[in-house]
Amino acid sequence: MSLGDSDRERVVAALGRDPTPAEAALFENLWSEHCAYRSSRSLLSAFDSDSEAVVVGPGDDAAVVRVPGTDQLVTVGVESHNHPSYVDPYDGAATGVGGIVRDTLSMGAYPIALADALYFGDFDDEHARYLLDGVVEGISDYGNAIGVPTVAGATQFHDGYTGNPLVNVACVGLVTEDRLVTAAAKSPGNKLVLVGNATGRDGLGGASFASEDLAEDAETADRPAVQVGDPYTEKLLIEANETLLDRDLVVAARDLGAAGLGGASSEMVAQGELGARITLDAVHQREPEMNAMEILLAESQERMCYEVAPADVDAVREVATRYDLGCSVIGEVTTGNYVCEFDGETVVDAPATVLADGAPATDQPSTVPQAPATDRPDPALGTAIDAVLSAPNTASNEWVYRQYDHEVGARTVQRPGEDAAGLALHEADDGTTVALSAGANPGWTACQPYAGAYATAVENATNLAAAGAEPLAAVDCLNGGNPEDPDVYGGFEAMVAGLADGCRAIDTPVVGGNVSLYNDSATGPIAPTPTLAVVGYRDQHPVPGSGLAGDGDLVLVGGHADGLGGSVYLQALGGTDQFPAADAAGVDAVREAATRADTLAVHDISDGGLAVTLAEMVTADAGATVTVPGLAALFSECPGRAVVETRDADALQAALDVPVVRLGSATTDGTLSVTVDDETVTRDAATIRDHRGVIARELD
Amino acid sequence: MTVAVVRFGGSNCDRDAVRALAHLGVDAAVAWHDDGLPADTDGVVVPGGFSYGDYLRAGAMAAQSPVVAEVRALAADGVPVLGVCNGAQIGCEAGLAPGAFTTNASARFQCERVHLRVENATTPWTAAYSEGDVLEIPIAHGEGRFEIDDDAYADLVADDRVLFRYCNADGEVTEAANPNGSTGAVAGVTGDRDHVAVMMPHPERATLPALGATDGQGILGAFA
Repeated sequence: MSLGDSDRERVVAALGRDPTPAEAALFENLWSEHCAYRSSRSLLSAFDSDSEAVVVGPGDDAAVVRVPGTDQLVTVGVESHNHPSYVDPYDGAATGVGGIVRDTLSMGAYPIALADALYFGDFDDEHARYLLDGVVEGISDYGNAIGVPTVAGATQFHDGYTGNPLVNVACVGLVTEDRLVTAAAKSPGNKLVLVGNATGRDGLGGASFASEDLAEDAETADRPAVQVGDPYTEKLLIEANETLLDRDLVVAARDLGAAGLGGASSEMVAQGELGARITLDAVHQREPEMNAMEILLAESQERMCYEVAPADVDAVREVATRYDLGCSVIGEVTTGNYVCEFDGETVVDAPATVLADGAPATDQPSTVPQAPATDRPDPALGTAIDAVLSAPNTASNEWVYRQYDHEVGARTVQRPGEDAAGLALHEADDGTTVALSAGANPGWTACQPYAGAYATAVENATNLAAAGAEPLAAVDCLNGGNPEDPDVYGGFEAMVAGLADGCRAIDTPVVGGNVSLYNDSATGPIAPTPTLAVVGYRDQHPVPGSGLAGDGDLVLVGGHADGLGGSVYLQALGGTDQFPAADAAGVDAVREAATRADTLAVHDISDGGLAVTLAEMVTADAGATVTVPGLAALFSECPGRAVVETRDADALQAALDVPVVRLGSATTDGTLSVTVDDETVTRDAATIRDHRGVIARELD
Repeated sequence: MTVAVVRFGGSNCDRDAVRALAHLGVDAAVAWHDDGLPADTDGVVVPGGFSYGDYLRAGAMAAQSPVVAEVRALAADGVPVLGVCNGAQIGCEAGLAPGAFTTNASARFQCERVHLRVENATTPWTAAYSEGDVLEIPIAHGEGRFEIDDDAYADLVADDRVLFRYCNADGEVTEAANPNGSTGAVAGVTGDRDHVAVMMPHPERATLPALGATDGQGILGAFA
């Protein structure tokens, strides 16, 4: 890939001359789909991004929101590392973690939690399992070593990802107002200081690699575009960043991600409406004879760029040395152009704002997606229950999260496996918990992109509600196929609209995100995939959890649903249907139910529907006996609903203004017993565990 | 008592240990390895993490560092020293405790809650418990399998230096309850003397009431 003709003309017009080779490469990367959101920018205005809690909205490395009732701010960001994870699952996923953690550091925050939403091809495909194994190991080795707990996420299997898996990683950080840093350069004359790993030739052209379809030979041909991570250095960088902030040495900060040094430094000065003069020879390097373009664009990992007052440069160098990190003063902030010199010659001389913001948006033609017809299967009850409970998409993710250190940091009060993660905010000292939910269901958006994406917002909010938490803000990772295909772009467009409306319905600002297009390979495009990470809070620690106590009544808050579109049930048994319309009113009702004193257990309805929710609530000592009006009610995945075990069903019913349906009662026999139309099927806890253990069984 | 929680590059449970000790009323602070130990140090925690990235062998690099020589000298003077997880690996590599912790039988990292049976309640680390008590404390490691040769293991048992064994919720030491394939299901041992100990499970993750598990308080309480 190189700079296209129309872009080249635009660059020539802006510069008044032909670009140098280094400039052409810089423009190619900074104006790529990955960096400049050319095909998606016009759609993103659909999102509401403000609320009372928002301190820093979209546009910086991570967003910042205030935790109500405390003096603490949380940062939240999300990033995709999709193409690298196909070519090299271990390093691709690991460096995805590293990148989003540095986005947290560059706001002045300390990272306290990670969430991963992972999407692979059909679980039966051996290559999909190889990718899953490598991605999980990469996240595990990197996240564990840097001491940031991975507390939430999702693993999905869908045939669209066979040639193009998705690795979407979110990070939550903690900061206070006095330590908050942004990327915008502040004052001409300040120095630009590069701290961290030495620069090599790794990850060259990563941004443009992320902006085209994966070729059939990508695993070999594109390996040089994949970066290699070093978690030990990242951990040193985390500590060095903390020390720099403790000593108030940072004026502005940005991590080096897509398009490397050229991307980070030009964006810093562009945001400050300033310029820079950078001496590329000054960058500390680990390979000999690198040229200007390589130094400028390499995506070597674990590097940060700081704006530092001249008087503080020695102190910054001292901190870097203390943590065994390289440090080079590479230039300074100016009022002029963004200028780079190498070997005594000027190799880049362009207005920073043109580099950062000059890429034209592309209007892509689109086709409006059609709703599917209704053609439902008619299986026996037992067949249906066994098929859905043993499907990889409803399987226990314990095999995945057991490999993640989800407790380091000593904050994790709600662990993976529950609806949302809960992290004790020790700093607030009043029992406040930060809650986190992340994920999307590609089955839903493949069925109907608008309704499926809307439901993704409701589902993540319901996860928080089941943990007793209120949403504060969301970030999205919008993954799509090749936008030049009208069908693909039409689906993407509908997904964005649905997610924006869904987030409005749950009253949650979308404060940042990431767009990843060209997720297309020889095996076809991915389903539009709206990964959403929602951060919320709860002002007291205790939460009921999803395991049944065994001595309450079981009710369904939100009532029964009918639509089966996008469900695991249809994936397992065949057929088509429309996606059910999710009702955001259920979110508040679920939160109200979760926080009542007479509530014993709460678990929301999502993948696999009511059947899977109930199965997940059963323990060796506590079971459930329920009656359900039909198969659609048992397997519809309509979110915004939850099963609640309560000591006082009447009071709960009276307290809520959404439908509350009596399902039956919890028992002490560790068995799930479901009656539909006079037919009863019973499965004990051991059978359920066996059904749901498919991932561990196949991968261990 | 002022407890130094030693931070190497790559340590990541140092803040957690300080917070847990503070909860128990123990004065504790992080000590960056390169600065050496503060003069008033009268207790040492070598916390979990990945010192030097564990790029050589878990704990091997840190065990050779000057600060560990200081820790060894303090231990000889009777100062209590506890190595947890990576700190336990460092302790074994440094000869402060017998045996070695190596790759889990599963060959994968494992983060989970496990049960431990108290084997010897006469040490400072276990004085808060009774022999046979069952504690629930989390593990999080990829290299936690305790390995030791047969003779040394026999000596360890004869000298009553096993602090904890992995067990099930009923206190039975079974193969299924041994998460990593450790010899004798050993989860923690004392060094030459009772006031030096290493263990793979994380007591600092089972100390703060907010986290819903407090069985580890008695272990860190040794510093109180």
